[in-house]
Amino acid sequence: MLNPDSVGSTFAGTDSITVSQSEIDAFCAVIGETDTSIAPPTFTIRITLTQFEEILTRPEIGLDWSRLVHGDQKFEIFSPVKAGDRLTCAATIESYRVAAGNEIVTVRSDLKREERLVISAWSTLVVRA
Amino acid sequence: MIEVGTVLDEKVFYLDRELLKQYADASGDQNPIHQNEEFALSVGLPNVIAHGMLTMALVGKYVSDFAGGSANVIEYSARFTKPVIVPAGEKVDLTVTGTVSEVGGNKVSLSLTATSAGVKVLGMAKAVVLK
Repeated sequence: MLNPDSVGSTFAGTDSITVSQSEIDAFCAVIGETDTSIAPPTFTIRITLTQFEEILTRPEIGLDWSRLVHGDQKFEIFSPVKAGDRLTCAATIESYRVAAGNEIVTVRSDLKREERLVISAWSTLVVRA
Repeated sequence: MIEVGTVLDEKVFYLDRELLKQYADASGDQNPIHQNEEFALSVGLPNVIAHGMLTMALVGKYVSDFAGGSANVIEYSARFTKPVIVPAGEKVDLTVTGTVSEVGGNKVSLSLTATSAGVKVLGMAKAVVLK
């Protein structure tokens, strides 16, 4: 079970992440995108989900990642991501509830480039009963 | 002319196990429910299922194409209502359509639908693009 005291808390990601052209190329290839000069809209999920897993499974927070399904996802994009961007990620646990034994947690991630917000993304994650 | 109610052309993407593996590598999401049939069945799924975020990435491509490039996509959201089921050796469809729901200034809002084998797989799928 998620520690309810963690709701409302913001956690900084461990390190900054530098986006590489080969990562963007690989993502574009999957969806058939030929313009690889910027990252596709959902590209940063590869950064944020990894960060969420690291943060939410910390012993003091306690989410069970093995029974997790993705409920919904939202992106607000202020500036497109490009190769060479150094991004920092902070995750905020915005809400948490238990319904029919399922834990439902909404986490927002803010990705910044040189202190400027690039993307905010919300993920609702469901830990199945 | 883009106005509220304008219906966008339908586009069909095809998914197979190879694409799921390719997306797993590109996204870093190596959850075995997207690659290993035995594992997927063991956790009560009907078969291997596509990553919800792969579905969203493909619909995102549809949105980028309408917007004239990914740089013009400023908001995008969806709910994962049903899985896209990908049996071995098969190509399954992801059929995407969109309708203009709002036009204001340089922003166009789209309401999107995505189905696979006739089943709606995304709910409340919406995007806002600069046009």
